[in-house]
Amino acid sequence: MTGAPGEQTALPVGMKWPDDPILANVRPEIFKIRNARDVVIGVAVRTIAHEENANVIDWVVHLPARGSLFINMDPVPGEGGLRVGRLRSGSREFQPLTGTIEERWISDTSGEEDAPAGRIDLVARLIGGDLPPDELSEEVAK
Amino acid sequence: MKYVLVLLLGVVAGVALFAAGLAYNPLFGGEELSPLAVSDSQTILLGYPVVTNEAIVFTNDGESRIRPHPEKVLQLWESPIRQTSAMAVVLWNSRNQSAGLGIKFASASEATRLLEGRAIVDSVWYLYLPGKGSLFIDQSENYWDYLRDIVIPAYRSSADTWRGKWLGNVTAGPGALGTARVTGGSGEFLGLSMLGVESMSVRAWRVDRGAIAGEGQLMIELPADVSNDSEPDNEQL
Repeated sequence: MTGAPGEQTALPVGMKWPDDPILANVRPEIFKIRNARDVVIGVAVRTIAHEENANVIDWVVHLPARGSLFINMDPVPGEGGLRVGRLRSGSREFQPLTGTIEERWISDTSGEEDAPAGRIDLVARLIGGDLPPDELSEEVAK
Repeated sequence: MKYVLVLLLGVVAGVALFAAGLAYNPLFGGEELSPLAVSDSQTILLGYPVVTNEAIVFTNDGESRIRPHPEKVLQLWESPIRQTSAMAVVLWNSRNQSAGLGIKFASASEATRLLEGRAIVDSVWYLYLPGKGSLFIDQSENYWDYLRDIVIPAYRSSADTWRGKWLGNVTAGPGALGTARVTGGSGEFLGLSMLGVESMSVRAWRVDRGAIAGEGQLMIELPADVSNDSEPDNEQL
């Protein structure tokens, strides 16, 4: 869902991106979230913004009746395109949790005609309680 | 036979009285004054359109009276998200200038208790303010006053329309003062925890389209130490 000048991805039919320069460097994408069994369980938005000092990549994942997660991603992807982020805030059952999230693009290899180009996998490792960042890193590494 | 008719009339009268009492119970009423309105801290004020046709995109299950915009946008028809709506809007500041982008997800809540004056919606906002940073708002909203003052009169109207001036706070928690929880995600907001309140001003509402005139507002209270570091006349963005 992006229509800023210069963007190659087309907007959905009928959608008009605001012709406002303040949004020129902001790219939001809204998704339906599926679980491992390919069942839709929620919605999410990923926003990528280009700033002078640093790029910003944020995710908000909304799971009805369970809660939401607000995730800051590292703008610089790692090996294989893997991007890592940190749970910045959560609501309802996710409110007391901390952890990390990994984002990876998985290309479609089915060869089916109407298959999407691929999917984004989000893997969250969440733990309860409030741990300092250093201890959190050690727990995740285990 | 007459006793059966009297019984039926009594039942109908009782149901009507119950419905009227439910809709117009003076004991159930929202707060008109935001708890942040009397705060000494600086606040961020952001406006957004409540009319779905003025949003960048609005979508729901596709079967509700309020239609998605644009018409052919993907709909949230799957069972787990059927009671969820998604909206993206341009935000404006207190000087009516574009301030950034807002995206809201809202889902009907199992905490709704109409008999107790609670029509609850669980919602989250993601705000991105270029040059400032990003914010995450987590809240529960109570639309009871909205239903009672706008939606029910619209349905009762012969023109299926309500017109007037309605202003109310819809945020009902999770904060103890009926405030939302706001988390800063990047930029100058990084690491900040704040309070927020969402309110609406509605002037016209139609049964088949929802709000057709009005605005929404997000008020976010900056932490005291951040406020004290700011210029005295620093605007709210």
